[in-house]
Amino acid sequence: MENAEKKAVATEEQLRYARLLSYGMKIGMAMLLISFAIYAIGILPPFVPVENLPKLWNMSVHDYLNAANINVGWSWLKLLNHGDFLNFLGIAFLGAVTVVCFLAIIPILIRKKDYVYALIAALEVTVLVLAASGLLKAGGH
Amino acid sequence: MSVLRRVVVVAIAATIVTGLCSLAYAEAPVKEVVEKASTVQWWVWPLSLFVLTFVLGVAAVLGGLGGGTLFVPIVAGFFPFHLDFVRGAGLLVALAGALAAGPGLLKKGMANLRLALPVGLIASTCAIVGAMIGLALPTNIVQSAMGITILGIVGIIIKTKKSEYPEVPKADALSTALRINGVYHEVSTGEDINWKIHKTPLGLGLFILVGVMAGMFGIGAGWANVPVLNLVMGAPLKVAVSSSKFLLSITDTSAAWIYINNGAVLPMMVVPSIIGIMLGSVVGVKILAKTKPAAIRYIVIILLFFAGTRSLLKGLGIWN
Repeated sequence: MENAEKKAVATEEQLRYARLLSYGMKIGMAMLLISFAIYAIGILPPFVPVENLPKLWNMSVHDYLNAANINVGWSWLKLLNHGDFLNFLGIAFLGAVTVVCFLAIIPILIRKKDYVYALIAALEVTVLVLAASGLLKAGGH
Repeated sequence: MSVLRRVVVVAIAATIVTGLCSLAYAEAPVKEVVEKASTVQWWVWPLSLFVLTFVLGVAAVLGGLGGGTLFVPIVAGFFPFHLDFVRGAGLLVALAGALAAGPGLLKKGMANLRLALPVGLIASTCAIVGAMIGLALPTNIVQSAMGITILGIVGIIIKTKKSEYPEVPKADALSTALRINGVYHEVSTGEDINWKIHKTPLGLGLFILVGVMAGMFGIGAGWANVPVLNLVMGAPLKVAVSSSKFLLSITDTSAAWIYINNGAVLPMMVVPSIIGIMLGSVVGVKILAKTKPAAIRYIVIILLFFAGTRSLLKGLGIWN
């Protein structure tokens, strides 16, 4: 019995996390590839014309945002009809995968009475959601 | 010509080409650089980025490094992109690699959730702080600090002796309370390896620094994760490497969101880089199975040394 337990190298929560991560990664990459194809082929017009990019991408982010008239945070959601900003859907999805994985293992950890790890997972979700919220602004240089 | 030789030749050629592009702009003031950059067709840069990141993907696997560690200093040193965008792209490149590797490593039990969760919480929190500091500080300071860090990484790679199975006489109280231990199946010997860790408070403390640096420079943190998990905390090398790779998916997610929300992500840089480095990693894994990567390791060290020196000198205004 002990040997059987020892050979069970991946726990239930670890396997659930892995399964969701695998799906999330594949969906996110597919979204990224499709949206980039739409951008590169020009199916949707970009917000920043591609021929202007070389004049902008050597600016600091602060200057670039001013020059291209782009707002920070989640304002890209309003610009999804542009090829360049459509890519942010895939990028944001990849950034959300880990949050979903952590949320999915919390019930398993609680069921196993592993409250410390359930708390750690909940705190991790809080940290990632805070990072994604756009509430944390960096001072421009 | 063997596949390995071809890859080496392509790596050297790509480095020389990007180096020459960079040298062409080396003496020019900013305005002139903008004008010169605008004379090159816009698509040349993402295409060059794709070719370079493909080569970096191969080199990263063979050199045993994360893609982000090579990506940021080399692209920042030899491409016309501002460091803010390079760091944003570097984090997403490292994140994509970690997300791709994570499921397999977790399923096999090589990466350990119980080890990665407490460490990941500290590193991801501190990566947010690092990202905010990195975006707030003047570029030349971040560039210089990154140069020093990259040169430090070169030192770590050369000097650090990794330990396959570190001796852990007794698990410490914290790791015992958190039940951070496990067993993994070592395919090469057919044995089940039981492991436990020690010096957990020290290890967790070091991850504060690792997280800040990962967020500040956008270089991922595998180069620091592995020594801390393996040499300080005593996790077996394979568990340390695998858990480190998985850990990047947590640390880089938090830092990447700060860059995304502050506008430091350009899809025209990010997507070709992610595709290039992931395709390169697939080729790298195939080559790795057939060859001893010692020569590539030296090339990676030389590339990093050159890129680190370039970054430092660029930050100090000596080589712009």
